[in-house]
Amino acid sequence: MSLISKYTESGLTKLLYDRFFKNKEGVITFFILAALLLIVLPLFLGTFRLNLVGKYLCYAYVAIGLVMCWGHAGILSLGQGMFFGLGGYCMAMFLKLEASDPESTAIQSTPGIPDFMDWNQVTALPWFWEPFKSLPFTIALIFILPALMAYLMSVFYFKGRVTGVVFAILTQSMVACLWYFIVGNQGYFGGINGITDLKTLLGWDIREESSQVLLYFVSTVTLLICILVSRYVLATRLGRVLVAQRDKETRVRFSGYDITSFKVFIFCLSAVISAIGGAMFTLQVGFMSPNLVGIVPSIDMVIFTAVGGRESLLGAVYGALMVNAAKTAFSEAYPTLWMFLYGGAFIGIVLFLPKGLSGIYQDHIRKWFIKESAETTETLTKEDSSDAK
Amino acid sequence: MPSDTDFLLAIEDLTVSFDGFKAVDSLNLYIDKGELRVIIGPNGAGKTTVLDLISGKTKATEGSIRYNNIELTGLREHQIVRKGIGRKFQTPSIYEKLTVFENLEISYPYGRSVFASLGFRRKKEFVERITAVAEEIFLTDLLDLPAELLSHGQKQWLEIGMLLVQDPDLIMLDEPVAGMTAKERDATAKLLRKIASERSIIIIEHDMDFVAKIADQVTVLHLGKILKEGTMDEVRNDATVQDVYLGH
Repeated sequence: MSLISKYTESGLTKLLYDRFFKNKEGVITFFILAALLLIVLPLFLGTFRLNLVGKYLCYAYVAIGLVMCWGHAGILSLGQGMFFGLGGYCMAMFLKLEASDPESTAIQSTPGIPDFMDWNQVTALPWFWEPFKSLPFTIALIFILPALMAYLMSVFYFKGRVTGVVFAILTQSMVACLWYFIVGNQGYFGGINGITDLKTLLGWDIREESSQVLLYFVSTVTLLICILVSRYVLATRLGRVLVAQRDKETRVRFSGYDITSFKVFIFCLSAVISAIGGAMFTLQVGFMSPNLVGIVPSIDMVIFTAVGGRESLLGAVYGALMVNAAKTAFSEAYPTLWMFLYGGAFIGIVLFLPKGLSGIYQDHIRKWFIKESAETTETLTKEDSSDAK
Repeated sequence: MPSDTDFLLAIEDLTVSFDGFKAVDSLNLYIDKGELRVIIGPNGAGKTTVLDLISGKTKATEGSIRYNNIELTGLREHQIVRKGIGRKFQTPSIYEKLTVFENLEISYPYGRSVFASLGFRRKKEFVERITAVAEEIFLTDLLDLPAELLSHGQKQWLEIGMLLVQDPDLIMLDEPVAGMTAKERDATAKLLRKIASERSIIIIEHDMDFVAKIADQVTVLHLGKILKEGTMDEVRNDATVQDVYLGH
């Protein structure tokens, strides 16, 4: 009977606790990260550095998306920049429209439209810019567009059982398409220059120091919420089915699951989280350009995830932070050499830490915290091997 | 269109060819309700292919497979499973990174769509069923162990357990005792006999002593065709069977 009550999930509070944190370890690690991001860093860093951290944390959104679809579901996407870009561009289009009111664009031949449209002889606001006049619509589109795009991209491939490297290459070609699309449509999306000169959000100046600090907190809290949502999803039966199909796809099919819809779901969810990161990026950095969402940034995002540990949500956040911080530090100290140092560090991690930074934690640090559970596993394994003999 | 039968599974004129090579050649096979059928035969006889065809992993070139008079050819794997057919693979096919309990839980026939699985909660009756199966497959004490740490024989049991949780009417097992110790084989034979009292089972096996212990009916396959069908004794004493399979 105790066995049955041990596994039965009852009571909403306990259920939520189990899904969000699983155990004490989950609570502690989560609050260490929260304290670091919300208390320690703001106390010790100036506004400029804090804004940089905020920018890195936008990539952490993409990284937690990748932990879910790559680490847990085994779907490697080299095109996450596409979703990051969708979110970022949605937000940039809204801010750009607000910055292009007829008064401040009075010198243009068509006042009231974004400056780059005017330079490209576009004389009226295109219809697909209309929804971005409203903030609620923009926010809705930040969720809907990437989900729709990810759905359309993945549903046919997964149904046709396209997996692994082939799918990775397809996502990469999609992100390349998006890059060419933006660059090629200079009059509609600002082309290679991107959408720049963003000023206010509903009249609130986002360039001031105080707004930068506030945006940092908003973005960090949203990130922490995204982590909890991801933890919840991975702790449900759906999360376990994803891990199961990553390791033994046929077996899951023969347990009566239609794998396609599970893969599509997690791919869409990771796309939406990446897009939120993109929108936060635009708000904090003040512009969006195709070079932030092309092939190279998409691969960078996979690197952050690999460095952090592709099965660990928190690891991904640390990975995104550390790799980006290292990138900045290297490029400031050794402007000519930093690419080599960056590449070398990545090769080192792949060679010596296949599980990333979270591997160090799991294999070495964790033991000190959780002595009991490690011991029980050990004794069970021993009994087990003596049985086999 | 083949006519309706009383059999649980009726395979008629089933043929599959891979680039002209007929792995299964106009096969006719009937399985009764509650029957335990063993399929034996030399390597390459098409035994595993027959299971692949029934479970939808391989598509038939010709012929029909009818289960409770429902045509299975053309259905996708998960649809066939949902009709009530479970299958165990030749090498233990379990989820290494999940615990024994989670392995069994995934097979529970409830909440198999995306949103149902998101909202899935371990209710008492689910847990009761899973622990009961764990008891049957001798793994009650190891429920929290990651499945990768189980011994080979325990992995085989776990996969059988996963089928039991699924509660199918027809179970297909591909070499269930491969790699087991003599003690484990005996326990498995007992387990399978017990399972067979409530459902039909098709087993592919090489170990003749084990087959003798459990089989109602034995079918000998050779080159994609049925060579002989009968009780174990009849099959053992058949001259052609001895020649192609048992003789060496």
